Amino acid sequence: MPEQGRGWLDRGRILTTTDTAETAEPTRRDFLYIATGAAAAVGVVFTAWPIIDQMNPDKAALALAQVEVDVSALEPGMSLTVKWRGKPVFIRNRTEEEINAAKAVPVADLPDPVARNANLAADAPATDANRAADGKEAWLIQIGICTHLGCVPLGQQGNYGGWFCPCHGSQYDTAGRIRQGPAPENLHIPVYAFESDTKLRIG
Amino acid sequence: MEGHSTYQPKSGAAKWLERRLPVIGLMYSSFVTYPTPRNLNYWWTFGAILTFVLVAQIVTGIVLAMHYLSPGSMAFDSIEAIMRDVNYGWLLRYLHSNGASLFFFAVYIHMFRGMYYGSYKEPREVLWILGVLILLLMIATAFMGYVLPWGQMSFWAATVITNLFTAIPLVGGAITQWLWGGFAVDSATLNRFYSLHYLLPFMIAGVVVLHVWALHIVGQNNPLGIDVKSKKDTVAFTPYATIKDMFATALFLILLAWLVFYVPNYMGHPDNYIPADPLKTPAHIVPEWYFLPFYAILRAIPNKLIGVIALFGSIAVLFFLPWLDTSRVRSAVFRPIYRQFFWIFVLVCIGLGYLGSQPPQGAYVIIARILTAYYFLHFLVILPVLGLIERPKRQPPSITEAVLAKSGSAEPAAAEAAS
Amino acid sequence: MRELAGTMTGKIAGFLLAGAVVAGLAFSAAAQDGGKGGDAGEQTHDQAWEFPLKEPPLLSWSFAGIFGNYDQAQLQRGFQVYREVCSNCHSLKYIAFRNLAEPGGPGFSDAEVKALAAEYQITAGPNDQGDMFQRPGLPSDHFPSPFPNVEAAAAANGGAAPPDLSLMAKARAAERGPLWTVIDFFSQYQEAGPNYIHALLTGFGEQPPEGLVIPEGTYFNPYFLAGPSLKMPAPLSDGAVTYSDGSPQTIDQYARDVAAFLMWTAEPHLVARKRVGFQVGIFLIVFAGLMYLTKKRVWSEVAH
Repeated sequence: MPEQGRGWLDRGRILTTTDTAETAEPTRRDFLYIATGAAAAVGVVFTAWPIIDQMNPDKAALALAQVEVDVSALEPGMSLTVKWRGKPVFIRNRTEEEINAAKAVPVADLPDPVARNANLAADAPATDANRAADGKEAWLIQIGICTHLGCVPLGQQGNYGGWFCPCHGSQYDTAGRIRQGPAPENLHIPVYAFESDTKLRIG
Repeated sequence: MEGHSTYQPKSGAAKWLERRLPVIGLMYSSFVTYPTPRNLNYWWTFGAILTFVLVAQIVTGIVLAMHYLSPGSMAFDSIEAIMRDVNYGWLLRYLHSNGASLFFFAVYIHMFRGMYYGSYKEPREVLWILGVLILLLMIATAFMGYVLPWGQMSFWAATVITNLFTAIPLVGGAITQWLWGGFAVDSATLNRFYSLHYLLPFMIAGVVVLHVWALHIVGQNNPLGIDVKSKKDTVAFTPYATIKDMFATALFLILLAWLVFYVPNYMGHPDNYIPADPLKTPAHIVPEWYFLPFYAILRAIPNKLIGVIALFGSIAVLFFLPWLDTSRVRSAVFRPIYRQFFWIFVLVCIGLGYLGSQPPQGAYVIIARILTAYYFLHFLVILPVLGLIERPKRQPPSITEAVLAKSGSAEPAAAEAAS
Repeated sequence: MRELAGTMTGKIAGFLLAGAVVAGLAFSAAAQDGGKGGDAGEQTHDQAWEFPLKEPPLLSWSFAGIFGNYDQAQLQRGFQVYREVCSNCHSLKYIAFRNLAEPGGPGFSDAEVKALAAEYQITAGPNDQGDMFQRPGLPSDHFPSPFPNVEAAAAANGGAAPPDLSLMAKARAAERGPLWTVIDFFSQYQEAGPNYIHALLTGFGEQPPEGLVIPEGTYFNPYFLAGPSLKMPAPLSDGAVTYSDGSPQTIDQYARDVAAFLMWTAEPHLVARKRVGFQVGIFLIVFAGLMYLTKKRVWSEVAH
């Protein structure tokens, strides 16, 4: 076992050369090996990226990331459910009673005091103003997926006149906030904007 | 696996694992300390290149399979979606299609290397046979893979090749319907080809493991074709062969990059960008380039059944090569006559490949028949006869002596004590 | 090979090749195969026509070569030609409106794409009544086909459905012979499709050669790959499309522009592909160089 000298490189040698000069000056040899190793590592990373990135949503999926809805037919008290990014979005034109009922609830009483509104800061409180559309307090737009385990809640049902999830009994109020049941968070509100009084863009 | 590995685990974790499943020791003795002849030339790097390409094909194939849709009504569109919408989809697709071409390019060079240097001869017969088995699996995989885009060539190549089975007497029709899953190539055929195309590469990987195992039992051949006589004839696999293989792979990747980025459709056929139409046959049905020699052989024989037999026979004959070549000398380096017949054979294969791409008319037919006859003559007549009558050149006594003689004994021969 | 002639080898080789020739000729004789297949271009008796009759002229394209790039203005003009002329019969199903705004393409803005899409009526639905309905297009929609299905397309066009054009620039190429095939690998020739499209569109109006039969209802074109004539009449004429950038309003210009546009529809990522290819190529050459030096260094003290 010829394990003296430079270790692993010795295993092939049948003929020695004087290697005193080499051990005194390893820098040039090492630099080459380090450079090659680094280049190989860079190559591996740049090769790996497309393989990983291809699993991200493709351009067709991203193109459907925005949906425009014509809400002109929605009178107060009417709801519309549209599909956005594969999920249901509840669009509701609320009645006076629903708005007032939501406003009357102190935020401190809510199991989830945060607005969960993607159009606002993450820590905005769950006041009715922060839940409803800006300047259009009758309009409530939220993702219709129960924050417990993902079922679609049923509208205008339950003890709070809002939404009721039949899977495990979560109850949401008229502003879509969780009041009772196992769901930890208020129904999430997606990024949206009213392009006009009748046209709503989600996403 | 010539006995226990010399690996000494250093860390506690390594010791723990090594006692229960000595994989690290196995890898160490197989790819680090494994003795490799010191005189291998670059033709020996193609084994590593092939392994790399197999892994690359499997990886790109798996990610493509995340987006490909196999029903006949969706296949072509799903590949266009991959090319246009999937992040880097165009890159992955072109890597996979051109990788397949280079896979065959490398495997043919690898095989020709074996034929030139006698790497199929005793004791490497099983190694060679496993290799031919890998080739067969590759051919099946590539054939089915080409059907998946469901273009005109995909569909009609599938039709032509599956129709070959109707040549089998009595049961041919039933077998062909069974293959099709219907009365013609259709979505049912495509779906099962997808399933098998995903499966077969893993079978290839398994046979490759056997192939490398068989190799490691007998050791590599070398350009001189003479046996390793002592450890002096060899170097450790790592770093010597590892680094050389990596260099050769880098060069190979330059070739792949040229194809993928600058001429990605060069190896393909424009007709495959036309969606499959069962009612309209393309003017010239041609398989991918790596099948052209076999295609030429098939078409050269005017009788359908014998043509099919010749097609399969052209690969089957390879299985018997270790016994057809009667020479005691392995390497063509010492067989001056065989060397010339080898190069003639290479030209014949290239010629058959060209003929496979041309319409079967006129002079092309006659030449194809001549070359087909010569192909079989090479294996069945020339090799057996040559081994008996050729007078080989004198071989050096050992690899070490040949290497030292070549380097002009510039190094002091006395310092052999180091090993 | 020098030894081949006069020696034992030569005799063996000669004998065996002769044997091969005899075997081959025997096959031929047995088959009595004259070798005339049913080629698309064959005349019945005296003359064997081969199609295309003329090879397409090789034009220079902005997207050819290692540093190829699409000319945005040309793509926009070509799109205009497609819209105003070709889209009356040919669909472009793999192109979505949003593609027109992607980098490496015609370079429309998001607003322009939105406005353009809205000009189209897209069949959508079913609605709550179960009916399909028309609605203005969205950027995510694909270009609608001028016909509801293939059968309608064929019926409206003398029995031949006009093919979709998205991939036409990759789906057509004139054969170049074995020598050119080898050269094309190195010269990186991938423009056979646009050359063909341009040639076909400008090739109408020539007179067919003597003795070539042109079936009724078809139009002669010497560049057509699949026969003497095709069902499409010359679609372009001088001045048919009004360009706003002052480019010549000639058939030749229209043909170049629409061929370039169709190259983009077939290969929308061409610019990115060549750019990444250049970077990868440089990296690999450097890496191969490093690997070579490493290999030489590692092997330097070992006789081999």
